[in-house]
Amino acid sequence: MSAVLEFLAPFATRKVAAFGLAFLVVVLVAALLAPWIVPYDPQQIDAIARLSPPNAAHWFGTDHAGRDLFSRVIYGARMALLTGAGVVVIALVFGVLLGTLSAYFPTLGMVLMRVVDVLMGIPALLLALALVVILGKGLFNSMIAVGAIYITTTARITYGLTRKITAETYIEAVTSLGAGHWRIIRRHVLPNLVSPLMVQATFIFAFAQLSAASLDFLGLGLPPDVPSWGNMIAETRRYITRAPGLLMFPGAAIILTVFSLNLVGDVLRDRLDPRFKDDLAKW
Amino acid sequence: MGIYVLKRLLGAIPTLVIASLLVFAFIHLIPGDPASVMLGDMAEAEEIEALRRELGLDRPIWEQYLVWVSHVAQGDLGTSVYFQEPVLRVIGEGAETSAFLALFTMILVIAIGIPAGIVAASFHGTHVDQTLSGLTMLFASIPTFWLGLYLIFTVAVSLDLLPTSGFPSVLESGELSNLRYLILPAITLSAPNSALVIRLVRAGMLDVMREDYVRTARAKGIAEHAVILRHVFRNALIGVVATLGFTFVGLVSEAVVTETVFALPGIGRLVVQSILRRDYPVIQGIILVIILFYIVVNLVVDIVTTYLDPRVKLQ
Repeated sequence: MSAVLEFLAPFATRKVAAFGLAFLVVVLVAALLAPWIVPYDPQQIDAIARLSPPNAAHWFGTDHAGRDLFSRVIYGARMALLTGAGVVVIALVFGVLLGTLSAYFPTLGMVLMRVVDVLMGIPALLLALALVVILGKGLFNSMIAVGAIYITTTARITYGLTRKITAETYIEAVTSLGAGHWRIIRRHVLPNLVSPLMVQATFIFAFAQLSAASLDFLGLGLPPDVPSWGNMIAETRRYITRAPGLLMFPGAAIILTVFSLNLVGDVLRDRLDPRFKDDLAKW
Repeated sequence: MGIYVLKRLLGAIPTLVIASLLVFAFIHLIPGDPASVMLGDMAEAEEIEALRRELGLDRPIWEQYLVWVSHVAQGDLGTSVYFQEPVLRVIGEGAETSAFLALFTMILVIAIGIPAGIVAASFHGTHVDQTLSGLTMLFASIPTFWLGLYLIFTVAVSLDLLPTSGFPSVLESGELSNLRYLILPAITLSAPNSALVIRLVRAGMLDVMREDYVRTARAKGIAEHAVILRHVFRNALIGVVATLGFTFVGLVSEAVVTETVFALPGIGRLVVQSILRRDYPVIQGIILVIILFYIVVNLVVDIVTTYLDPRVKLQ
């Protein structure tokens, strides 16, 4: 309970960030309870009610196939959170592994970090697209493709942080007391990595939304019938002149989600140990 | 200085080797035989065999790598399966559009990002800073394709002020007015990138503001605007230059989407089209060209920052 209060405390003075947190809670609830919230099946086609503007029966209107946009946007929250979570897990697991190993074994580290540097020189979306070509389309492959972008940044950050932590005098002290590598990593390095990586994870979650939506928009992400926010914009873009509001709802969902995650990430970063701030990615 | 430049050039060699290995590996990581994948399901066995030989797939992998590297070193990036033309020429055809788009975008990014970053940092902690920071974050949260679509709808379709899509060549026709086709794409592309630069400039300025010499300058009674521009900004600029390579990478990434939205015949859209056409040599070529460009940009940035601030060399 005290941990929750401690987490919430800074939001009391930062109203915009508090809005962000509240919006994320709404997205989470929408994702979890989607089947009970939505008034229609998100795939249900109604040929008569095509491209209808927002009304009492269809709060956000209907798309080109007469599907209820509100129901689709609510289901979109599921895809957004699923993708974000998958990307964060992939980025953290592989990034932390690569980063700590590189920091611990300097020769291996030199090679690995060079590879990471080269990969970071490939524009994020291009890297993801190259991986989609190799892996194929689909939810899981999208996660890996977008996750790979953030494996490199996470590895870089973990590498820097781990080297900083292992250079501390207390590590020297426990080493002289006979602590092994494994014990040092588990008891001293990893616990110190938790908070900076938490902050990083928030930003990864945010920007993964944009990358994944871009893949969907280019037709190289999720299958077209999956109601993700990116897919909805891609599918209905041709009808923008007839129903300009159609792109507004999924677009606003993406923007508000990413914006909220960034706001919360900013608050978390401000609470971080100042020694570690410089190691986080530049955003 | 000469020795430093030489050292940096030599230091780029391992990077080049790793880059070449990664780019080479790309084609071989695509599941299935590259030749049959590229030709599709309808291909005859002889056709596949011919392409296999053409691509050198019948030889041992290390030999393929060496052959490929020696070809690349001579400017031969292979042949586009779709166009049946050299990859470098196919990429070159998109270069005009992408270069103009990048140039316009960078001008906008610098014109918006640097002044706004300076303002945010000089009003650090006030409402001005908070509003600017909030707006930056909001702009960084907008998907470029969404922004592009709405700009097309409002400015190009509803108000009919600018063309909706495409880009007729300026170099071929000599019509400078064709550049108006790139106004909306450049605005779209500059939104997230300006946001990034604003934050980088602001953070860089705030770092410098903590320095002793800034306090000394203020103590001497120098006017605040002079302190900001002459002492803080000049020193923060070095950091900004150092991150330009970083900005460029972000720009190329978003250009893939922006060029697709505006149907611009540039390299970004070529990536997407080549994926749909399974024209893998072109994708490989584009990745290679962009990595090489990035390595060169980084080298130049490194050398420029060392020139601007000799202390960098010592680190």
